[in-house]
Amino acid sequence: MDYFLTEQQQLIRDLARRVAEERILPVRAELDEKEEFPWSIVKDIAASDLFRVFLPVEYEGLGEQAVGLCIAVEELSRACCGVALTYAADALGSIPIFLYGNEEQKRKYLPEVAAGRKLTAFALTESTAGSDASGIKTTAVCDGNDYVINGTKQFITNGGEAEIYTIIAMTDHTRGPRGASAFLVDKGTPGFTFGKKEKKMGIRCSATSELVFHNCRVPKENLLGKDGQGFIVTMKTLDLSRPGVAALAVGLAQGALEAAVEHAKNREQFGHPVTAIQAVQHMLANMAMDVEAGRALMYASAKTIDSGVKNYSEEGAMAKVFATDMAMRVTTDAVQVCGGAGYMRDYPVEKMMRDAKINQIYEGTNQVLRNVIAHEVLKRKALRK
Amino acid sequence: MNIVVCIKQVPGTTDIKIDPKTNTLIREGVQSIINPFDCYAIEEGVHLREKCGGKVIVITMGPPQADAALREAISLGTDEAVLVSDRAFAGSDTWATSYVLSKAIQKIGSFDLIICGKQTLDGDTGQVGPGIAEMLKIPFVAYVSKIEEVGNGRMRVQRMIEEGHETIESSLPAVITVSKEINVPRLPSIRGTMKSKSAKIPVWTANDIGAEADKAGLAGSPTRVVKIFFPKRERKSEMLAGNAREQVDKLISNLEGII
Repeated sequence: MDYFLTEQQQLIRDLARRVAEERILPVRAELDEKEEFPWSIVKDIAASDLFRVFLPVEYEGLGEQAVGLCIAVEELSRACCGVALTYAADALGSIPIFLYGNEEQKRKYLPEVAAGRKLTAFALTESTAGSDASGIKTTAVCDGNDYVINGTKQFITNGGEAEIYTIIAMTDHTRGPRGASAFLVDKGTPGFTFGKKEKKMGIRCSATSELVFHNCRVPKENLLGKDGQGFIVTMKTLDLSRPGVAALAVGLAQGALEAAVEHAKNREQFGHPVTAIQAVQHMLANMAMDVEAGRALMYASAKTIDSGVKNYSEEGAMAKVFATDMAMRVTTDAVQVCGGAGYMRDYPVEKMMRDAKINQIYEGTNQVLRNVIAHEVLKRKALRK
Repeated sequence: MNIVVCIKQVPGTTDIKIDPKTNTLIREGVQSIINPFDCYAIEEGVHLREKCGGKVIVITMGPPQADAALREAISLGTDEAVLVSDRAFAGSDTWATSYVLSKAIQKIGSFDLIICGKQTLDGDTGQVGPGIAEMLKIPFVAYVSKIEEVGNGRMRVQRMIEEGHETIESSLPAVITVSKEINVPRLPSIRGTMKSKSAKIPVWTANDIGAEADKAGLAGSPTRVVKIFFPKRERKSEMLAGNAREQVDKLISNLEGII
């Protein structure tokens, strides 16, 4: 299918594909096995300008917004979802800065992110808060010209490796979600350390870590948006990042489909390749339709967002839920098509199936996001355009 | 620090086919690429520029379509490019090529370091780098695997020799050819590629660089390719008969016949 990409968008796709095939593919199994953060690939991504793709031109980005992000993420994820997540999570971490940062904050941080000199992370989840953002226990208390932060964030992607963190903390517990605020915290700030490094089922080369704040002082200038705006910052950031999660899933499923086709063509049973068996053909056909449907919804949502509409919670959620459920099905079927070999770690589909699961969980579980979609569907008074 | 990188566009395959009638390479249907060894030269030039400042000028002698190789070099981070192209250069051997490139480099004027790949994929001679140094009367180091220091008119480099490494100091300007151990070439960047599409690449002719007619092209080339041929592959099998001892004796005498 042709998604009518512009010349620059095609360039992004071609380059991301080269990074994926030349730098990621040869090492993905090893990175997974060793649970090793892919720093050398991050440097390649930076050198090729891919960290600039989604950032505004004024801050040394390429201004390709959500569509550009989806193109790059899909290509990277086709080779390794873990590496692609590292990249996508950096985009996630930069979104609150360019959506809610003041001019000074944007000038300070975004060019560094664009050049890939610094990675970012976004920290909302805690042991008592995730889908329920009102369960946040981390506090930020105003003290003179500073805020003093205390608490622990959990399951933070790029945690420990990123330099720039946007964290959500309660500045006023009495106001519920309206008492949450967003802060920029630099790695190395006294009182800010890293806790447990998680051992995961999939996306094992990506870093997932606890952030621990113990009387961590940050100046008032590090408040992102207004005091009490933390919940809005969170919602708008995740709305914008969700097509990128769809892209992680689409790329992953595309990679699994290709691996399954490749294996099936070479696997002989009953005197011919298994691709001669109609049952296998139909599985591959369903997988191909599924991937393309996910990709179409991903681009449609990203283009809608980039067109400048005000509210796009529903579009982002639809793309994310559909594509990630799709990727779980497609990677599972890819293992099935590859049979016994597919279950072995010598073949890539085993890793892909493990990598797929988290996509249904993070950045809004697919259950919570169905609530978001249903809410929009039910509040509409008329048929959609 | 001004760096000149010399590159060559070559067929992107080692499976070269030769027209038996004309004794020339069949280039139709074969994709052209930057000579892979030259990619290390480009990377080293760009890396030095990032470290020391200055600019990297990439230069090639070739037909008009070699423009594509220069644009790719710009997408990899080089600043400027020059295509040296003239019908009069056709048929140049390594001697004449070295002459033409040295004249073009003299036209560029100010340079501190000239970097070439250690050899090309198609010609395989490794002679043009040293040829340029000879014609420009400046020092030359081959098979450089590491640049240890460069600046203030001097450089210290490591070069590969059969038994290990050799460290060499030299004054600048100088010519080096680099081996693949020196770096890992980067992939093109998006900004670089956009820049490469609109970059103006001047074409310098024999006249522009002041090349004398009898020193370039076929006229300036002492080498004559009389014939190019593939060695004939022959297979002959002989079944040995008799008992084990007789077969072994026969085998040994056959082998001795070959040696």
